[in-house]
Formats: sequence, C-alpha cells, structure tokens
Amino acid sequence: MNVEKFSYDNQIVKLFTIATVIWGIVGMTVGVLIAFQIYLPWLNFDLQYTTFGRIRPLHTNAVIFAFVGNGIFAGVYYSLQRLTKSRMFSDLLSKINFWGWQLMIVAVAVTYVLGITTSKEYAEAEWPIDIMIAIIWVAFGINMIGTILKRREKHMYVAIWFYIATFITVAVLHIVNSIEIPVSLTKSYPIYAGVQDALVQWWYGHNAVAFFLTTPYLGLMYYYLPKAVNRPIYSYRLSILHFWSLIFIYIWAGPHHLLYSALPDWAQSLGTVFSLMLIAPSWGGMLNGLLTIRGAWDRVRDNPVLKFYVVAITAYGMATFEGPMLSLKNVNALAHFTDWIPAHVHVGTLGWNGLLTFGMLYWLVPKIWNTNLFSKKLATAHFWIATLGLVVWVVPMYWAGLTQSLMWKEFTPLGILQYPNFLETVLQIVPMYVIRSIGGSLYLVGAIVMVYNLFKTAQQGSFVANEAAEAPALIKENNDKFNSHRWLEKRPIQFALLATVAILIGGIVEFIPTFLIKSNIPTIESVKPYSPLELEGRDIYIRESCNSCHSQMVRPFRSETERYGEYSKAGEFVYDHPHLWGSKRTGPDLHRVGGKFSNMWHYLHMQNPRQMSPGSIMPSYPWLLEQKLNTELTLNKINVMRMLGVPYADGYENQAVADLQVQAEGIADDLLNSGIVVESDKEIVALIAYLQRLGTDIKVKPAENK
Amino acid sequence: MFSQNLASIDNVWIFPVISLVLFFLIFAGVIIWVLKKDKSYMESYANIPLENDNKVKIIEESKNEK
Repeated sequence: MNVEKFSYDNQIVKLFTIATVIWGIVGMTVGVLIAFQIYLPWLNFDLQYTTFGRIRPLHTNAVIFAFVGNGIFAGVYYSLQRLTKSRMFSDLLSKINFWGWQLMIVAVAVTYVLGITTSKEYAEAEWPIDIMIAIIWVAFGINMIGTILKRREKHMYVAIWFYIATFITVAVLHIVNSIEIPVSLTKSYPIYAGVQDALVQWWYGHNAVAFFLTTPYLGLMYYYLPKAVNRPIYSYRLSILHFWSLIFIYIWAGPHHLLYSALPDWAQSLGTVFSLMLIAPSWGGMLNGLLTIRGAWDRVRDNPVLKFYVVAITAYGMATFEGPMLSLKNVNALAHFTDWIPAHVHVGTLGWNGLLTFGMLYWLVPKIWNTNLFSKKLATAHFWIATLGLVVWVVPMYWAGLTQSLMWKEFTPLGILQYPNFLETVLQIVPMYVIRSIGGSLYLVGAIVMVYNLFKTAQQGSFVANEAAEAPALIKENNDKFNSHRWLEKRPIQFALLATVAILIGGIVEFIPTFLIKSNIPTIESVKPYSPLELEGRDIYIRESCNSCHSQMVRPFRSETERYGEYSKAGEFVYDHPHLWGSKRTGPDLHRVGGKFSNMWHYLHMQNPRQMSPGSIMPSYPWLLEQKLNTELTLNKINVMRMLGVPYADGYENQAVADLQVQAEGIADDLLNSGIVVESDKEIVALIAYLQRLGTDIKVKPAENK
Repeated sequence: MFSQNLASIDNVWIFPVISLVLFFLIFAGVIIWVLKKDKSYMESYANIPLENDNKVKIIEESKNEK
C-alpha cells in the first residue's frame, strides 16, 4: 500500500479561530449596548451612528456572520482536512476565504452605521457587499469540494454532508434574496415587492437560521462531539435520516414567519405543517448527540468541553421544539411581534451556537497549539456564567412577551381596549428589559473569561502550523468490474446536486403560486405609487431601520383593528420595494399611522419622543431636523421603480424633483401654521410625508398632504 | 379574500399535495435505504472521525513553520 505523506493546514484554522473570538466579543458587546439602549434612550447618544435602529442590524450580523460564520470556517477547515485525510485543496483559496470574509464584515459594519442598508433582516448589506459575499462563499465552496475530491478517505462522513448542504443552500438563498436593481453604489431596490418580497425575505431568513446556524453546526456536532467523548456517534443510520429529512423539510417552513399576514392562507398552512414535521428530524439529531455520551456521563462532570456540548445540544432541542409550537397559528397569534421571539432566538444562538462554539474552541485551541487547556477551572466557570447568562436573558423575555401580548389583547367588559395606549404595555415590561441586559452582560463576561483562557493556552503551547500526517492513497479498484473509485470521486458532486434538488423543490413549490397571484390579485384601485417626497421619506425610514421596532402589518384580529385600524391587505403593498412589514413591535404598528397625528406632532416626536409621549423609549432623531434631503438620486429612483413595474408615467422622473418641492413646501407651510419654522428641504419633511401617507390609500377620504 | 385570489389560479390545490407526496416518498426512500445498509458498514462510517487518532500516525516533527 502506498502511504502518502502530507500535512494539515492549521494556520488557516488558527486565523479563523482568532477571528471567531474577536468578532464574538465585538458582536456580543454591541448586543449588550442595544439591550441597555432599549430602556435607556440617552444611550443612543442622539447620534445617528449609534442609534438603536442602525446598530441592531450590526449586532445581528456580527454575531451571525462574524462570530458564528468564522466559527463555522474554523470548525470546517479543521475537521474537513481530518475527515478527508488531506490538506485543503488550495491554500490560496483558504486565504481568500479568510481575508475576504473579514473585509466583508468590516464593510458591513461601516455601511450599517452610515445607514446604508436594504432593510431586509439578516441581509441588510447593500448590493456591492452582496456580490462580495457571493464570491467569497463560492471560493469556500470550491475549496471544500476540491478537498473532498482529492480525499484519501473512501467515504464521506456525515459531517461533510452537512457542510456541503450548507454551502449549496446558503449560496442559493443569498442569491435569490439579493436580486436588486442598483440606484447608486450604495442604494438599491429589490425586484420583489410587498407580499412576494416578504415571502422571499422569510424564506431566506428562516433558512439562514437553518443553513447557517443549524446545518453547519450539526456537522460540527457530528465531528467534535465524538472527538470529545472519544466514541462514535450513537447511530449513524439516524444521522443519515436526520440529514435528508432536515434539509428537505426545513426549506418549506419559511412562511411560518408570516402567519396572519397578508400572505395567502395556503402558504401559511404549508409553513405550519412543515414546521411541525421539523420536530422529528431535529429531535432525532438532538437525541443522536446526547446518546453519543451514553456511558460517558461521568466525564461530563470534569470535562468543561462536554458540559458546553450537553447544554448546547439541549438548547438545540428546546429551540427546535419551540419553533414548531410557535408556528401553530394560535400560539403565533400570541407570540408574534413580542419579546417571546427574541427569547426563542437567543435560546438558539446563545445556547446552541454560542455554547457549541465555546466547547469547540476549548477543544481546538489546545489541539493546534499542541498543549493542554490553560485552566479547566476557568473554562468551567465560563460554562456556569454563560448558562446563567442564558437563563437570565431568556426567562424575563418570555415573561415580557407574554405579558405584553396579553395586554395588547385585553378588552374591558364594555368591549373597548383595556390598554389603548401602546406605551403603557411597554412601560410594564421595562423591568424585564433591565434583567435581560444583565443576562446579556453575564454572557459577555463569560466570553471575556474565555478569551483570557484561550490566550494563555496558546501562549503556553507551541503552534503547529503544518501538522504532518500520512495516509494511504485511495486504492483504485480494478477496471474489469466497475470503476467505483472514479464513481466515488464524483460522488460529492452528485451528492451536491441531489441536495440542491431537495432544497429547490421546497422553494419552487412555495414560490410559483405566490408569483402567479401577482397577475391575479385585483389591484386595489385607490392604491397609487408613492410621490417622490414620500419615496424619499420611505428611504429615510429604511436608512434609520424604523422597521427594527415598528411593524407595518395590522393582523386581522379585533384587538389589532381596534388599536390600529383596518387590517392590512396584500394589494396595499404592491409598490413596496422592499416590504417593511417588520418582525417585532417594540413600538406600535405604523401601517395605519397616516393621518392619525398632525405634522407638528410628528415633528416634535422625532425631535424627542418624550415631548409627546412621556416615558417613551424611542430614540430621538434630531439630525432629521437638521439634515438636508438629498434629491440627487430622486430621478434615478423613479426610473428604477418604473423598471420594477411601478406605474410612474414616462418622463415623470424629470418632473419628480419639482413635485417633491411643491409637496415639501405644503408640509413646511402647515408646520409654520402650527408655529414650527422649518425649511422645506429638511429630511424630516420627507419622513413626515411618508408617515402621513402610510395606510391611507384604502381610506375613502384622501390624506391631507396629497 | 386570498383564497378567492388563489381560486383563480388553475389547480392551486396541487401544490400542497405535491409537496406532501414528495416529502413522504423521500422520507420512505431514505428509511428503506438506511435500513438496508449493512451494520458493519455503518460502524465503519461512524468511526471515521476517530480514525486519525487511532489508525493514522501523526508525526509531530514540523512544528512552528512559518
């Protein structure tokens, strides 16, 4: 047998490990900051760059793509080489993957803070960054598949299956969700509008959770857990079943984010059914993980790595039980838009992703630095702090979500809302926000303890950049039977194709009918495109990420129609590129806010919300009163909108800015009548125009400002 | 209201049905395939991650390159 000598590339693993740790701290720190901002508005510093709306996406993207993303790469680059018994396909691609990804993260951070955003949750990056992500992701994919093709191990272990599915699906999701037409280098509109945009967004959002936060981590679990316990996975059969049913079902479940919305009923039901079915494979995976430790539970006591894994896998089990429950329509009616959802999410992220990453790092760092962990005690302390932090984070948020939801729905015996003032329901749960911020801080402290421990570990060890190894080459079978080696070599490709088919079926069956509706929906006659000023105002709404805290989707419940007005119709959103339905009501829904308050009220409220609503937790937006509205792109925006099917008349773009000024002067005059002196070219005027237009199209009486 | 819009699409009912049938077929297929596989085969698969430590000799010579 011909034994080949080669070496594993640990350098790339080291780079990704360091990046994971650094971005983890950054992402969690921003998380802690916004957790405090939510009840201490002065922490927004009245500065546009540090306001909640802009840095909340920074937090979500930093922890998902920077912390977890680098964690995936570190874990995959280490395990894939060992599982295939070969070095990575190309060191250059590895480096492109690493530096490209870090550059992308920095670009994302800078643009979000500057207010450059598409507003699509977990995909807020603008088009140049989207292209960059696609290129880096493909580099990673080529590197991975190349490595699998030149492997010295005959079989592809199940972890690799999960890695391949991750690569394929994330690529598909990212591309489909990011199809947008540029207006400028930093601004674009998605080709989808309203209902379709929401469906695509949550097909993406849901599956980003599935294929960025779940499948790669399951792959990591299937490798790092057996390594840590030093025994094979409980049932390999179960892992195969787990894999195929998981990737097949997950893709269908996206619509459960849009229950009771203006999305067609059948699509909602499909989402619910498939979400329920998801329990089976998810729990299969969880049990497979936990049962792997059977007979070795005594080792959990003195092995911090195993402690992290056990709680991580348990959190996975809890989150994947809760997910399907939340997609039952009656539970969803209660939980949606409340703090219950962030609680659910954080069981998954802090518990499953965070703890599994920590466990993996505590195992990986000593390995590649060829030493032992600096302090088991500190690692154990980290475990307890993190677990406590997790509990202190989620429990008050469950409580807050339930409390607020019940308050929203409470009627007096006379049949009027018990708490008609939204603010009352917010002030009720502020104590819960306070406790949550303590939980988040604890979790961050634990992570800082880890940084110290890992740093000390690396310091005491000596780094093995190229770990020498040897393995026999794959034996070529005789040609007289059937060239199974060549067939095997092709398998990753065939496998990838099969996985692609599995995920595409779900997407296609979901989309086709919804796209068909477009031509079938009776467009509501009175729904008209936004005026140029309103369009600019809408883009300010997007820039400040108002949709982080305000929904634009009145559900067909009496408690909501009483509070907000007529429930939202699909036909009202046909010109909304992108949709701004939102997913959380930290503040009230805004879909019917048009005409509810005077222009003066909005002006003073944006200047400092506490002037109009004492006790409000909303940030102040003083810069909107100062900054001049940029109308340089207005012409282009109208053109792009027309290209996307919004019926602006031919040549209207040339008249747009003039129209915009006329409408702006009208609002400025009205404000002057109320005693407020404001020039008509300020951003606040455009935002007021948009807010006053919201949801008014279907009302018989036309809105004031038109 | 939306079911009315959908009713105007021909045969819209077929989409949920296709999805369920497809899922069932795939699920059944995978179960059969998994059960048919030989047990020792499965065990050899499951042991792949542990092999590096046990079977492949790792030579600790080239430390601290670069």
